[in-house]
Amino acid sequence: MDFSASLSLVAPEIVLSLGGLLLLLCAAWMGDRASRAISIASVIIIGAAAALTIPVLCGGAMGAGTLAFGGQMRVDAFAAFAKLLIYISGATCLMVAPRFFDRWGAMRAEYPVLVLFAVLGMGIMVSAGDLLTLYIGLEMNSLAAYVLAAFLRTDGRSAEAGLKYFVLGALASGILLYGMSLTYGFTGSTSFDVIRVALAGDISTGALIGLVFVLAGLAFKISAVPFHMWTPDVYEGSPTPVTMFFATAPKVAAMALTMRVALDAFGLQVDAWRQIVVFVSLASIVIGALGAIGQDNIKRLLAFSSINNVGFILVGLAAATPEGASAMLVYLAIYVAMSVGSFVAVLMLRDANGDYVESISDLAGLSRTKPLIAWCLLLIMLSLAGIPPLFGFWGKLVVFQAAVNAGMIAIAAVAIAASVIGAFYYLKVGKVMFFDEPVDKVTGDNDWAHWALLIVSTAFISPLGYLLTGWLSELADKAATALFLVA
Amino acid sequence: MIQVFSFYLFAALTILSAVFVIMSRNPVHSVLWLIMAFFNAAGLMVLVGAEFIAMLLVIVYVGAVAVLFLFVVMMLDIDFAELRAGFVKNFPLGLAIALVLLAELVFGIGAYSAGALEMGHAAAAASPQIDGASNIESIGAVLYGKYLFLFESAGIILLVAMVGAIVLTHRERKDTRGQNIGRQIRRRPQDATVNVRPEVGKGVQL
Repeated sequence: MDFSASLSLVAPEIVLSLGGLLLLLCAAWMGDRASRAISIASVIIIGAAAALTIPVLCGGAMGAGTLAFGGQMRVDAFAAFAKLLIYISGATCLMVAPRFFDRWGAMRAEYPVLVLFAVLGMGIMVSAGDLLTLYIGLEMNSLAAYVLAAFLRTDGRSAEAGLKYFVLGALASGILLYGMSLTYGFTGSTSFDVIRVALAGDISTGALIGLVFVLAGLAFKISAVPFHMWTPDVYEGSPTPVTMFFATAPKVAAMALTMRVALDAFGLQVDAWRQIVVFVSLASIVIGALGAIGQDNIKRLLAFSSINNVGFILVGLAAATPEGASAMLVYLAIYVAMSVGSFVAVLMLRDANGDYVESISDLAGLSRTKPLIAWCLLLIMLSLAGIPPLFGFWGKLVVFQAAVNAGMIAIAAVAIAASVIGAFYYLKVGKVMFFDEPVDKVTGDNDWAHWALLIVSTAFISPLGYLLTGWLSELADKAATALFLVA
Repeated sequence: MIQVFSFYLFAALTILSAVFVIMSRNPVHSVLWLIMAFFNAAGLMVLVGAEFIAMLLVIVYVGAVAVLFLFVVMMLDIDFAELRAGFVKNFPLGLAIALVLLAELVFGIGAYSAGALEMGHAAAAASPQIDGASNIESIGAVLYGKYLFLFESAGIILLVAMVGAIVLTHRERKDTRGQNIGRQIRRRPQDATVNVRPEVGKGVQL
């Protein structure tokens, strides 16, 4: 494969990086006054990258024609599926940001640029076909994310979130790098294909330790138990649009990367990592559900909810079949819609002064003061809990079905039982909004962009979403086939 | 033989210095031990035939990073009078370290001239070394050829880090007076000076 063909394969990445560099220059010369214009331009650039990615997914690209730069990048349908989810989350996070930051006069022109580079890094992550690509993408995303977490630098909580995320993220990178160096040492290559072949048969102890460390580093990035401790603090402290970004795009990217590493690079050692994934998945489901019970801050609650959801997604990985991978992708798409919806709803909870309300007890009686927001939030919460008529149920169903078909009935049963615990705190939010005495805290108005995002995401997770199941499953199947073709 | 001996020497001293980095109470001493650890790591690199990386370690880490650390540490509130008072007491230790470094230099050069250390490696690993070319040429060929995409991406990571550091720390200050070069150049002597003839006993009006 020659160089220009490789370059045309990574066209979305080139568009994102050149666009980011150009907007950085605009930010430097025009200053913070231009931050809204730069935000709009960033959304357009992400849209352009998405337009370049859609044909790859719809065409179900796979095989040798998708390898760029000697297999370092794998621009197949799987990467395209994950990238589109990332682009959607990145664009929504840009759309809701200006109003939030204007409240503190903290909207800076660098914000959209950093989001662009984070999105670029995640695009590289999900296309990784080599441990080096994996690490480069991961760091590009993480470095931008640390800064975004601390973006409200006058706010102590935001600074704390940024520092915590940075220190723990650096630790996770260290663990990941150590695992990667062991893997490289015992297989003689950083390329996923070569690692896969080299690990066939009995696995040596050193390679096993490498595998465990790599998976541990990735588990940190998807905030799965036992590497989840940073999540509630970072989600609570970060500015809400950034929290929305963290809950969607990096989760998708890290999850897709974990799938690629586990099913492709370590694809012939499924028995070696399956027990780890099963443990991490069940522990995430249970701890995510139990931890959320005592929370009064809605952002912390959603953080635990995301840990819980990651557990359900990993059930599909434990199945280690194309069906499981396809189920994970469907779940991820639904999860992104639910997260975007819930955080947009949180961003719409403002009091009379325009300050943001984050405490759940302040939502009491929301159904009488702001009925539409309350109904949307209720539907999203019920969907997160996986209650049948809503679309969140479909995601859980396909994942459990994949696990059962792979003969993992016990794990699916435990996960279903644990999802009942989770339903408790989602219902509690509904109870506070609908049956408690109104406290009239949430009175602020909202603009059309927030309403549009909220309505669209609620419509997606409502029973209307089932109209999309055929289309969504078809795309997810294409992506999973592409993943397993190499594998 | 000399390679194996030097390997254990360098490796043991690297670990020992690393332990002292975290054990010593004085941060300046920590940085000095860190430099020692870098030197020994560079020695290890020489042993496996990676001279370029060894040079990088010494130039980049010892030369730039460690000195930067030292500057940062020195901005902390440390009593330097007390520090200097320990010079005579610590002199034997300093001398010992100097002797160890000298011995390492001798062993390192001896081991290097005796050929690189044979290490166990997986059969799949094909060496990207170009025949007859030096370490640096081979690295350059790989970096700007096979790994060009990743190299450029790493550049963007550095840019992101730089932008992040500026975003988080830079603030516009109203009370400082910046330099306006255009205004300075436009300034003419006749605008800047006036000829006044003060009357006796009145003083000068400025």
